[in-house]
Amino acid sequence: MDLKVNGRIRAVDADPQTPLLYVLRENLQLNAAKYGCGLGQCGACTVIVDGQAVFSCIVPIQVLGGKEITTLEGLGTIEHPGPLQRAFMDEQAAQCGYCIPGMIMRAQALLQRNAHASDAEIRTQLQSHLCRCGTHVRILRAVRRAAGLMQRGGSGSAVNP
Amino acid sequence: MTAASKRLAARKDDVNVSRRAVLRGTGALIISFALPPLASARQAGGLEPVGAAARLPGSLGRAPFLDAWIRIDADGTVTAFTGKAELGQGVKTALTQVVSEELEVPLDRLKLVTADTERTPDEGYTAGSHSLQDSGTALRHAAAQAREILILEAARKLRTPPDRLKAANATVLGPNGARLTYGEIVAPNLLHVQARPVTPLKGPARFTVMDRAIPRIDIPAKVTGGAAYVQDMRLPGMLHARVVRPPSYRAQLTTVDMTSVERMPGIVTIVRDGNFLAVVAEREFQAIQAMRSLAAAARWQERPTLPKQSELSAALLKLPAEDFTIFEKRAGVTAPATSLAATYSRPYLAHASIGPSCAVALADKDSVTLWSHTQGVYPDRQAIAELLGLAPEKVHCIHVEGSGCYGHNGADDAAADAALVASRLPGRPIRMQWMREQEFAWEPFGPAMVARVRASLDPSGQIRDWDYGVWSNTHATRPGPAGSTLAGQHVEHAFPIPPPRVLPQPEGGGDRNAIPLYSLPQAKVVHHFLPTMPVRVSALRSLGAHMNVFAIESFMDELALGAGADPVEFRLRHLQDPRARDVITTTAERFGWAGRRHGGRKGPGTGCGFAFARYKNLAAYCAVAMQVAVQYEAGRIRIERVVAAVDTGQVVNPDGVRNQIEGAILQSLSWTLYEKVGFDDTRITSVDWSKYPILRFDAVPDSVEVHIVDRAGEPFLGCGEAGQGPAAAAVANAIADATGKRLRDLPLFGAGVKAAIGI
Repeated sequence: MDLKVNGRIRAVDADPQTPLLYVLRENLQLNAAKYGCGLGQCGACTVIVDGQAVFSCIVPIQVLGGKEITTLEGLGTIEHPGPLQRAFMDEQAAQCGYCIPGMIMRAQALLQRNAHASDAEIRTQLQSHLCRCGTHVRILRAVRRAAGLMQRGGSGSAVNP
Repeated sequence: MTAASKRLAARKDDVNVSRRAVLRGTGALIISFALPPLASARQAGGLEPVGAAARLPGSLGRAPFLDAWIRIDADGTVTAFTGKAELGQGVKTALTQVVSEELEVPLDRLKLVTADTERTPDEGYTAGSHSLQDSGTALRHAAAQAREILILEAARKLRTPPDRLKAANATVLGPNGARLTYGEIVAPNLLHVQARPVTPLKGPARFTVMDRAIPRIDIPAKVTGGAAYVQDMRLPGMLHARVVRPPSYRAQLTTVDMTSVERMPGIVTIVRDGNFLAVVAEREFQAIQAMRSLAAAARWQERPTLPKQSELSAALLKLPAEDFTIFEKRAGVTAPATSLAATYSRPYLAHASIGPSCAVALADKDSVTLWSHTQGVYPDRQAIAELLGLAPEKVHCIHVEGSGCYGHNGADDAAADAALVASRLPGRPIRMQWMREQEFAWEPFGPAMVARVRASLDPSGQIRDWDYGVWSNTHATRPGPAGSTLAGQHVEHAFPIPPPRVLPQPEGGGDRNAIPLYSLPQAKVVHHFLPTMPVRVSALRSLGAHMNVFAIESFMDELALGAGADPVEFRLRHLQDPRARDVITTTAERFGWAGRRHGGRKGPGTGCGFAFARYKNLAAYCAVAMQVAVQYEAGRIRIERVVAAVDTGQVVNPDGVRNQIEGAILQSLSWTLYEKVGFDDTRITSVDWSKYPILRFDAVPDSVEVHIVDRAGEPFLGCGEAGQGPAAAAVANAIADATGKRLRDLPLFGAGVKAAIGI
């Protein structure tokens, strides 16, 4: 079936019941969405579908036809990072970094809706995401910094505005 | 032989292994050996250089030739080699800074190769906050000595006295514009010389790269979807494997009907060997579906072997113990005194890595290449070689990052699983990915522990004597032997599980940090080592220090209360070490301890807590102060503010230090407030995040400040595990200050806590 990922239509040969996570990682060779629990409990696999943050580990591709799927790769590159990616680098908001792509995608969905989100809203949104290294304080700081960048006119995406 | 003497014998074998490893790793034949008294410290990540090499700084004794650490090619490429691995702690960045500084090579011109059995020195495990102390020190000296050699060689080529030359920007510069790049200077074997014990190092005043907050070199790829982890590896023709683990520790596979699973789409093979069961499929989701079907088809015979969780401390105290008195001081003081006593406990804790363990293996007829997020490529190579019946040099083990591990998680087991499956399918790369529930059920947990302390105060409020005992299993069951891996234990011809080993002082295991740093006229500290391990355990970040510092520093507050003293002043009156005093006073000042809100006096339910430790009594110093608020209506306690100070010797990357201490504090808050491995009489039951809750964003403090006490020019002191113990006690002390109730059993927010503190 066809999936629209990061602005491109991609033909995918996979069982329609396959969760999006495995199709992103295996068929499309995208690294960012991570396997963490397969149960929608940790947030490491989070991507954006039609503007909403979703757990890609529990969404089968059969429900995703015609929808806009955005992964961390769709927000920017090392050379041209998006505002959240830039902010996470500037704040050095990672230790092992395994949870970070999911955090960024959840924050992206929030800030796309409301670049003026309060600290309390940011915490509430990230509540469904787990970080084990204890990088939380930096993650919050990075999301606030990105919000500032986006308020000043960034779309949140460097490659795919 | 007694059990204790067997363990001693095992230690001697260890030393033999390390001797061979040294010889193999370097080709050096001139090292003389002496039996080091604490050889098994390498279990905890410590390294004990032997004989002549013992005079060399850091890990240089393990690989004394400079070109084991630094290589310069004629094209100007500069490569540094470390046996340590990036675990998310930022060590690649810090080590690159060290080499850049001393070798005078710009950061972006420098490549760093990490733990790889065919390329890097054998530095044992990346553990115990040893990376900067061992590898950083070795690389610093090797880089400085290499720089000197390059200058001498340039002097010869330029016919100029070396004292008129200087190195900068990977080039040696001389008078009148004379210059030679390192690539132009270098000749084969120029750096194939033995390191010298003494090196003229750059002084801190001349640093341009060290002691600078250089951005982490690994973060850009991690936040843009670059291939950063072993989970991201995709080799041509790679197959996906899943293991089907037994439902409980001692379960035996009685029958399994594999025929229907074999017919599932994409299935390449099913591996059954005793209790080891795995599926291999073309696609990842096919492997998962087949794993589930195979698990449903398998019949196991299980046995109840686990203690009663509700009476865990009592169960631990009933286990047979081997007692080691690790500290004793008698002064014959008999002045009148008031006695206090308390018992503290900790349950089993999970590493709970966000990414379950993963490994990739590729076998041919008689060799295996393995990519793993193990903390020890060389010990893993030993385990895999034994498991597969290969010579160690036929196993090539390469570290690739995984999710943070925080000690011995499932990494080595997943590596063994991958290697075993790959050996059945030569020529096909095998990606073995553990599932969440497998990581939670089978990782070796941080041991449950009990500590009992009794002390007395003289009328002046000084501690007169101190009696401390800690009960714990071993804190390291890492490979080496194949029998320490699950695959090795589950195959039909199972390898014996190695006997548990006491990790000796001064670093210790269950008794790590059990000896207080305080000056006490009379004291006794006993490690009650429990060889029986009902639950699979091993090293969790900081080992016993988390529990021992929690107990000691909680009890120091109980004593301060008994003495009517301020907790900070009470600590200082028992502490002479000026560096310890400095982190305490820095923390107290930055926190505003003297004017703090506490005991409900300046606000309902607000309290502050303080704690201090020097990790292992020989690494970084750290003090932590916290302010908590009891929210009676919401029925919860919130941590509002945390201030810490750390003395980690010479700092390489100040932001890296802050990141590590912040992480240590947040992780310790999670362990201390929320966490407990669950089990019934047979099975581990906390197998997903709903049954093993950890700290979430709503509980993150409003601010966490980390202050670094500047110790420019002092040796590196590892800091990755310095904050866990103090953070645990600081929060317990803050809760006691706010509520008047002392909580002594972890997790502090366990069942019954609300009733205990009246919220």
